[in-house]
Amino acid sequence: MRRWTVALPLAVFFVLVGFFIWRLDLMEHGDMPNIIPSVMINKPVPNFDLPPLLLDKAGLKSSDLRGQVTLVNFFASWCIPCREEHPLLNGIGEKVRLVGIVYKDTPEQARAYLTRLGDPYKALGIINSNLDPKDPKSQVGIDFGVTGVPESFLVDKQGVIRFKQIGPFTPTDIKTKLLPLVAELNK
Amino acid sequence: MIPETGHFALILALMVALVQATVPMIGASRGDRAWMDLARPAAFAQFALVAIAFGALVTCYVTSDFSVLNVAQNSHTDKPLLYKVSGVWGNHEGSMLLWVFILGLYGMAVAAAGGNLPPALRARALAIQAMIAIGFILFILLTSNPFARLDPAPFNGNGLNPLLQDPGLAFHPPMLYLGYVGFSMAFSFAIAALIEGRVDAAWARWVRPWSLLAWCSLTLGIGLGSWWAYYTLGWGGWWYWDPVENASFMPWLAGTALLHSSIVVEKRDTLKAWTILLAIITFSLSLLGTFLVRSGVLTSVHSFASDPARGVFVLALLVVVTGGSLTLFAFRASALKGGGLFAPISREGSLLLNNVLMSTGAGTVLLGTLYPLFTDALNLGKVSVGPPFFNSVFLPLMVPMVVTMAIGPLLQWKRGDLAGALSRLKVAFAATVAVAVATWLLAGGAAGPLWAAGGLGLAAWLFVGTLIEWAERVRLGRCSFGEFLQRCRHLPRSAYGMTITHAGLALVIVGITGSTAWKTEHIQVMHPGQTVDVAGYQVTLDGTQDNIPGPNYTALRATFTARKDGKLIAVMNPEKRQYTMPPRPTTDAAIHTNLIGDLYVVIGDPDGAGGFVTRLYYNPLVPWIFLGTVIMVGGGLVSLTDRRYRVGAPLRTARAVAAAARA
Amino acid sequence: MIAKKLFAAIVLMAVAVGPAWAVQPNEMLKDPKLEGRARELSKDLRCLVCQNESIDDSDADLAHDLRVLLRQRLQAGDTDAQAKQYLVDRYGDYVLLKPPFKTSTLVLWLGPFAFLLVGAGIAAAYYRRRTATAVAADPAVAPLSEAESRRLAALLEDDKKS
Repeated sequence: MRRWTVALPLAVFFVLVGFFIWRLDLMEHGDMPNIIPSVMINKPVPNFDLPPLLLDKAGLKSSDLRGQVTLVNFFASWCIPCREEHPLLNGIGEKVRLVGIVYKDTPEQARAYLTRLGDPYKALGIINSNLDPKDPKSQVGIDFGVTGVPESFLVDKQGVIRFKQIGPFTPTDIKTKLLPLVAELNK
Repeated sequence: MIPETGHFALILALMVALVQATVPMIGASRGDRAWMDLARPAAFAQFALVAIAFGALVTCYVTSDFSVLNVAQNSHTDKPLLYKVSGVWGNHEGSMLLWVFILGLYGMAVAAAGGNLPPALRARALAIQAMIAIGFILFILLTSNPFARLDPAPFNGNGLNPLLQDPGLAFHPPMLYLGYVGFSMAFSFAIAALIEGRVDAAWARWVRPWSLLAWCSLTLGIGLGSWWAYYTLGWGGWWYWDPVENASFMPWLAGTALLHSSIVVEKRDTLKAWTILLAIITFSLSLLGTFLVRSGVLTSVHSFASDPARGVFVLALLVVVTGGSLTLFAFRASALKGGGLFAPISREGSLLLNNVLMSTGAGTVLLGTLYPLFTDALNLGKVSVGPPFFNSVFLPLMVPMVVTMAIGPLLQWKRGDLAGALSRLKVAFAATVAVAVATWLLAGGAAGPLWAAGGLGLAAWLFVGTLIEWAERVRLGRCSFGEFLQRCRHLPRSAYGMTITHAGLALVIVGITGSTAWKTEHIQVMHPGQTVDVAGYQVTLDGTQDNIPGPNYTALRATFTARKDGKLIAVMNPEKRQYTMPPRPTTDAAIHTNLIGDLYVVIGDPDGAGGFVTRLYYNPLVPWIFLGTVIMVGGGLVSLTDRRYRVGAPLRTARAVAAAARA
Repeated sequence: MIAKKLFAAIVLMAVAVGPAWAVQPNEMLKDPKLEGRARELSKDLRCLVCQNESIDDSDADLAHDLRVLLRQRLQAGDTDAQAKQYLVDRYGDYVLLKPPFKTSTLVLWLGPFAFLLVGAGIAAAYYRRRTATAVAADPAVAPLSEAESRRLAALLEDDKKS
């Protein structure tokens, strides 16, 4: 075999190793391979109109998401990571307008959850069933491209999605990703 | 005390391996016989120590010593004994210890059976085995200690995932590892040969039994895993192209190529550099599989506690082993001078074609498996590469290979006569056409899947072609019966091995084709007394019984009866089990097989109105997949008993070669 | 999240693995033709939350939703391509188990053919070079002339007969 052919396997191997190192390094920083970026970024929020969860608070519809930078948080009482995230959301209301969508949960349980953990949301809608062809409300999660809870979408003043958080926020996420973007969008 | 003994034995094994990796290697380069010969006792000692460590962990599991963290996390007193033992390798730490144990086993086997090897080659090969052992023992000791204690010890353990509490899966990992690790032997011999700069027919003969053994184990291991998936997962699939399956399939493809190319080295003293490269690649793909599976860099359903620290360690190991050996290869391969010439149309030519196609297949699986990683890294977005991709790319590649498999063995060495070979395959060709047309007609003409006719035709081609080759070699029907018997007796076992294995593959192809093309499925809610028609069977749900106690679960058991034309064929009892520890549901499908096809019955959840969700399948020809796999393994074992590979035979050849060289 | 098909026991740890329940009778469409299309389509669509399964195999909540949604689209008269596109618009190419042929997947789709070509090329070069070097190194093994070939064939033929 010629010189360059015999070195070819080695070259290919080191290219592979390069990819592996890159991946392992990302994982060290908590970026797991199963996190899928949203294709909804830079697209307008889908049209929806969800009924209110609490009687003294408005429901949520797509037109509510215009005019002001808003964080839309999908959560549920059955979701354990949401509980971890909740204290952070309680403190976020002063920095960005926060609205919530209860995902596949009963109104009673969602209310109990908010009573116990606090209610930081300016408006709250509810999707209370699995996907049901007869109920367009049940499809709002899919239209947003939600894969599970918690997930949060940052929407700008024009009603365009600018950022998606998959899984619970961490204090670092809020400080390094969310708030700088909010400040920028508020300019 | 027992876990500490195991831990200590493992540390001692590391020390022994350090000696085994260095002293014989230095001895071989200096030509110091005493230093070289240290490799054998060291290999025995290393195996004994690793066996003590492994035995210690098994003892902890069998006696349910929950003061050992690993046992507490993966075992439970209620588990049947078999699953207490198999629980040892049902987790990361224990499975690595099993890996090292098997590595030691192979090292000892070479030391014991390798009396006829040239001392320098044996010393170097065992030293390289020891280097691999060092890497893995360090991996265990530094990142994955199975002997870590837990204080206070819990009253009982967390149990083993019930899906793994299954005889098929109990033996699946040991077989897989016997395969993966077995290819380390071919690897070590390849590196030793590279260092020596000499690869010849004798070398190929020494390596072949180890590769064959590894191949048989890996084939059986993959087959067991597939069989397990078929009967446990409850919907009759047997292969999913998941990264973890691909991780075992890639070394299989490369190892199969290696087996074939080493024939060329043995018979014709050529394709040496390529064979060495294949030996390196096969073992590297085994290691790569370990890396992919344990680091979590890929998304697989077999999610496991992915730990980047472990990933880094295995990657480092991979860089040392594969990077080091490929570097050595880059420097030394040019020195390996090829021997015999051959034309593209020849036995060697067909084996080379087989190698090109097998390697392309392995490359394709590798590319598909890693592609999501590539696009992600290059910022091209996340993609999924799933079964539809592999089926549409990999399978077409295998068609020319199967076509060649029937022709190749009929070609002469050096320069073959393609037209002659094809004319001898007339019967096979006729059988192919007949089977394909019959399939097409019986499966409903244009309405049926056309490729199924192609698949069965291909299987017929391979099967009949393989038999023709055998018939010609024993002159079946062309000589007296006495001579025929004599020829049968004198035909080498390796020739029988090939015939059996190739025929086995033909059966596997039939099974794959049939089960994919004509599987039928009925999903519905059934009430007791109701009957559903499944592929000509009338399947009745007679009733269900709840809360049947098992050793560590309770079950909902259904009774189905399958009838054909009013005649009772089988009573089937699928179960839905709820395990207690860990609390998890499983389905236990009931399968009735008549070797042509399986009636496959699964009981699901109640609908709350007296009915149950049931899934009834007819999986035609699936048994052929597993039967064919077993036959393939059997062929490999028959080949392994060939007298060429028995102790002593290579020695005589080596002496003859040496004598010839002197003359 | 319950995943299904695990296989190589090397990895078997605290996995969320359960048997497949997948498609439920109440999800299925009355029209067998439409249902058949839905089944085929859902085998090519990835369940996003369950690692590496199609929505046809998965019992995850989201997979259920997507199965129902897919059937809804088909009933509404979508073609197979439109129904797939509907999901791609929301979840990206990631949802397709068979990646579409486009720039970012060029290497994936053409790679295997490239491998085959490279393999064939190396083999061809091997044959050429080996013949050339052998002839150069040793004139005694020069290719047979036509007359020699004929003679050899005749000899071999004799050999076979005897």
